[in-house]
Amino acid sequence: MTKIVVVTSGKGGVGKTTTSAALATGLALRGFKTTVIDFDVGLRNLDLIMGCERRVVYDLVNVINGDANIKQAVIKDKKVDNLFILPASQTRDKDALSQEGVEGVFRALREDMEMDYIICDSPAGIEKGALMAAYFADEAVVVTNPEVSSVRDSDRMIGILASKTRHAEEGKGDIPARLLLTRYSPERVEKGEMLSVEDVQEILAIELLGVIPESQAVLNASNAGSPVILDTDSDAGQAYSDAVARFLGDQLPHRFTTSNKKGLFGRLFGG
Amino acid sequence: MSIFSYLLPKKQSSASVAKERLQIIVARERSTRGGPDYLPQLQEELLQVVRKYVPVDQDAVNIQLDRESGCEILELNITLPEEAAQ
Ligand SMILES: Nc1ncnc2c1ncn2[C@@H]1O[C@H](COP(=O)(O)OP(=O)(O)O)[C@@H](O)[C@H]1O
Ligand SMILES: [Mg+2]
Repeated sequence: MTKIVVVTSGKGGVGKTTTSAALATGLALRGFKTTVIDFDVGLRNLDLIMGCERRVVYDLVNVINGDANIKQAVIKDKKVDNLFILPASQTRDKDALSQEGVEGVFRALREDMEMDYIICDSPAGIEKGALMAAYFADEAVVVTNPEVSSVRDSDRMIGILASKTRHAEEGKGDIPARLLLTRYSPERVEKGEMLSVEDVQEILAIELLGVIPESQAVLNASNAGSPVILDTDSDAGQAYSDAVARFLGDQLPHRFTTSNKKGLFGRLFGG
Repeated sequence: MSIFSYLLPKKQSSASVAKERLQIIVARERSTRGGPDYLPQLQEELLQVVRKYVPVDQDAVNIQLDRESGCEILELNITLPEEAAQ
């Protein structure tokens, strides 16, 4: 069975692409045959984060239009086995993605390539592109920053996921949607300057998949074109590894949610 | 800074202000979610009508759509300011 997972958020710049790259790489490292698709038509970026930008020949729209078949279009990752990338098209044509077309791409990935997972990196917004990335999903990862506009947009996206997916339209109910809180800064939370993970969870009321700290490692990884999950010494890399394990059903405690630089109060009374 | 600022209640942290604002806006947006597309506009127009008679806040009119055994119930709540109620 091929599982389709959408990585979505509503708001832009919160870490969807970073997360899609990490999740796909993490699943592939565990032996699952995985393709990560960039749905951000017109603003291709996943190829840079995955470090395969110079090997792009065909893209998602080429496959939809029949210019290339799926095996020609996907790029096999050079560092990780079982990992494939399908880049976004740079076309400015908003109607380049059709529902039938996207369904055909998923069918080809399932039948011709026998994928275990398809990770869909959603564009920002709640318009056609984001809806298309989510429509066929079996599961969703909602990427949120601890900041008011991101939380509000995530709530709207959770509402959309509950009504505008094929699952919902066929009366099969909501798809499972889990929260990934990224760019988290425990120091700022402890100073009362940032919403805490508990606050965000209370408002959004969905299961927590993980907390990714604000980390220099993410920029280093994108500079190098190597998903941050491969930086196994880094906090963000480890947090993403944990999230992948939880995604697959492991029960792990959440790490990186408290600062290690505790004040006197923290040192006296902290756990 | 005056000595009195030490006696005043401690200022609320910005995170807790953010949380309260979010709880309000999210509850409001959820109440019209999944309903017909005209709900937000209906809410806005109702607000205009109420305001002709009573000065009320932006969030004084609350609409909720419930489905119960094949029947749709449109629940309308209008919070009047205290002076007006007297
Ligand atoms: N955990 C993090 N720590 C620091 N920077 C991050 C983190 N996650 C994402 N970023 C940065 O935020 C920006 C947006 O990330 P990206 O994954 O492209 O978001 P999106 O796909 O949602 O637009 C990038 O510059 C990325 O390096
Ligand atoms: Mg992106």
